[in-house]
Amino acid sequence: MSEKSKKIWVHAEVVDGKIANVAFELLSKARDLAEAMGEGTEVEATLTGSGLEKEAERLAEWGAKAIYLADDPDLQMYSPLTFIPVLAELAAKHQPDIYLFGATAIGSTLGPAVAARLKTGTAAHCIDLRINEEKKLVALVPSFGGKVIGEILCPNKNPQMASVKPGIFTKKDPTPVPVRIEKLDTSFLKKLDARGLKPVNVVRRPPAGLPLNEADVVVCGGFGVGSQENWHLLEKLAEYLGGATACTRPAVDEGWTDEHCMVGTSGQSIRPKVYIGFGISGATHHICGMNESGVVISVNRDAEAPIFEVSDVRIVAEVNSILPLLTEAVKPKF
Amino acid sequence: MAYNVVVCVKPVPDPKHYDKVTIDPVKKTITRTGIPTLVNPVDKSAIELALQLRERYGGSVVVISMAPPNADEILREVLAMGADEAYLLSDRAFGGADTLATSYTLYHGIKKIEAAKGFSFDFVLCGSESADGATAQVSSQLGEWLGSPHLWNVFELEGTSEEAFALKTKMENGYMEWVGYTPLVLGVAREIRKPRFTSIMGIMKAKNKPLTVWGRADLSEAEDTYLGLAGSPTQPGEIFSPDLKRSGELFTGTSEEIVGRVVTILRSNGVVVGG
Ligand SMILES: Cc1cc2nc3c(=O)[nH]c(=O)nc-3n(C[C@H](O)[C@H](O)[C@H](O)COP(=O)(O)OP(=O)(O)OC[C@H]3O[C@@H](n4cnc5c(N)ncnc54)[C@H](O)[C@@H]3O)c2cc1C
Repeated sequence: MSEKSKKIWVHAEVVDGKIANVAFELLSKARDLAEAMGEGTEVEATLTGSGLEKEAERLAEWGAKAIYLADDPDLQMYSPLTFIPVLAELAAKHQPDIYLFGATAIGSTLGPAVAARLKTGTAAHCIDLRINEEKKLVALVPSFGGKVIGEILCPNKNPQMASVKPGIFTKKDPTPVPVRIEKLDTSFLKKLDARGLKPVNVVRRPPAGLPLNEADVVVCGGFGVGSQENWHLLEKLAEYLGGATACTRPAVDEGWTDEHCMVGTSGQSIRPKVYIGFGISGATHHICGMNESGVVISVNRDAEAPIFEVSDVRIVAEVNSILPLLTEAVKPKF
Repeated sequence: MAYNVVVCVKPVPDPKHYDKVTIDPVKKTITRTGIPTLVNPVDKSAIELALQLRERYGGSVVVISMAPPNADEILREVLAMGADEAYLLSDRAFGGADTLATSYTLYHGIKKIEAAKGFSFDFVLCGSESADGATAQVSSQLGEWLGSPHLWNVFELEGTSEEAFALKTKMENGYMEWVGYTPLVLGVAREIRKPRFTSIMGIMKAKNKPLTVWGRADLSEAEDTYLGLAGSPTQPGEIFSPDLKRSGELFTGTSEEIVGRVVTILRSNGVVVGG
């Protein structure tokens, strides 16, 4: 008798009517996991929203063989009161072995809530996933701000769930497969008691300039940058280099910049070719978001600053003695 | 309308000292010797929100924690901020809990407080994440156990009319707006309120505030299948410290020389400089 075929699910998050990149990153990883799980393991996706039939087909390009689509005007915006029952019921019915979510603003709350309904386990903010000898999912999870990495298993329950931040896995080339789109009957949504909480609006404030995760050069500033004036200089430097500006938490607290460019455990994970950091101490909270960078150059007046341990180039100096000069040096000459 | 609020707090090792966290090479356990314990930073913002709700509308602020017995010190600190009463759920049976088991234990603690008081909490507040584990999962899972609507990463909450609240949650490159009615379970972000400083008066008063410790036997409604390590669907495997060290060449010389060398590195990595 052949074994029951296994299923790896990815929840494809939708942002402004489009499938978010992290879904394709997760599907790319899911294909590797499926291979390690053995023959007959299928990669499938769930998709919730409104007016998504065209989008659904894009998932097939990345190897999802079946797509469970809940398409309903009531699902236009995320709400825990509608999304959780949809996904929990789908999973209860189809019994995936693994179910992956993007550790986005929505995925970080949706994933664990679905897990709670299914009374199963979920590993948060994983930095890697693999399959062990028992064909179980092993999730690598940072804690203590990234100082420690631990393996998390969910040995006795299915689905084994995990969330992964955008940018951790690389998106492979598409490999289209024939797809089966299964549309869900969403009439039950009308009967749900959703009075307690209503989503009313999504407000987007896209950051100026290049998105952090697409920049080849990232100029990052920390508390040691010292002033708004210096911060503008930092932004100029990034602009001249065709790169993006990033920051640590204190730079947000000081009001020099916006949280959307924060790098680290509560911010983004980046992997530019070159990272230049000014006035950053190197707290693990920050390091675990930038250690995949190609070349790391750090400027700090304290020779003992921990950031130097994870740097390719150490510059022990005042921010003010390097930043203006460097900015001037790379300024486009017309 | 008055609101009764319960805030979940967690004692965590001080994030400033994470460099001192090490792994015992033999036992494969985490050693945190010499690292002080404090209230999880963002939980203080949740407490501040609760206190302000009480100041504005009336009601009560209760704090609850599932933690080892010595967490009573942390709870006294929170009482000194102004909370009315604290509950500590502490028992070996709760140890080793993952987020699902933690939220289940907190859920039963909250249910028991509600039964004793004869009301249901209007707000259940958590910090959006803990500084140590940082899974950010407990508030959502607690909301599921309680069967209440829940939101995570709430950075604004304002009462609008008699009973409605306008809320904002963080999103990638923006935020989402909501209208909510209690009961609500919220994982709040730091920005929601700036925690107040504790006054000497607060510390004095905290000494006489009720702090109740409950063990396994007190949570008689809870099922063993969901408690502690044994009741946790996720299980820890190996732990290790990532080795992130880089060679670290020291650039010396005048600022001009250093900047020159940085420009060379930029160029050799394909960055267009001065173009
Ligand atoms: C739960 C939690 C989550 C967190 N998440 C994140 C996160 O995602 N990202 C993040 O970045 N942080 C995060 N933090 C904060 C983190 O712990 C550190 O506080 C932060 O990374 C430190 O930022 P910094 O290096 O800019 O500032 P500091 O630690 O204050 O360091 C400033 C550095 O600048 C140097 N300096 C000062 N003046 C000058 C000068 N004139 N010239 C040269 N050098 C100078 C100093 O020597 C020092 O090394 C988090 C904290 C917690 C508790």
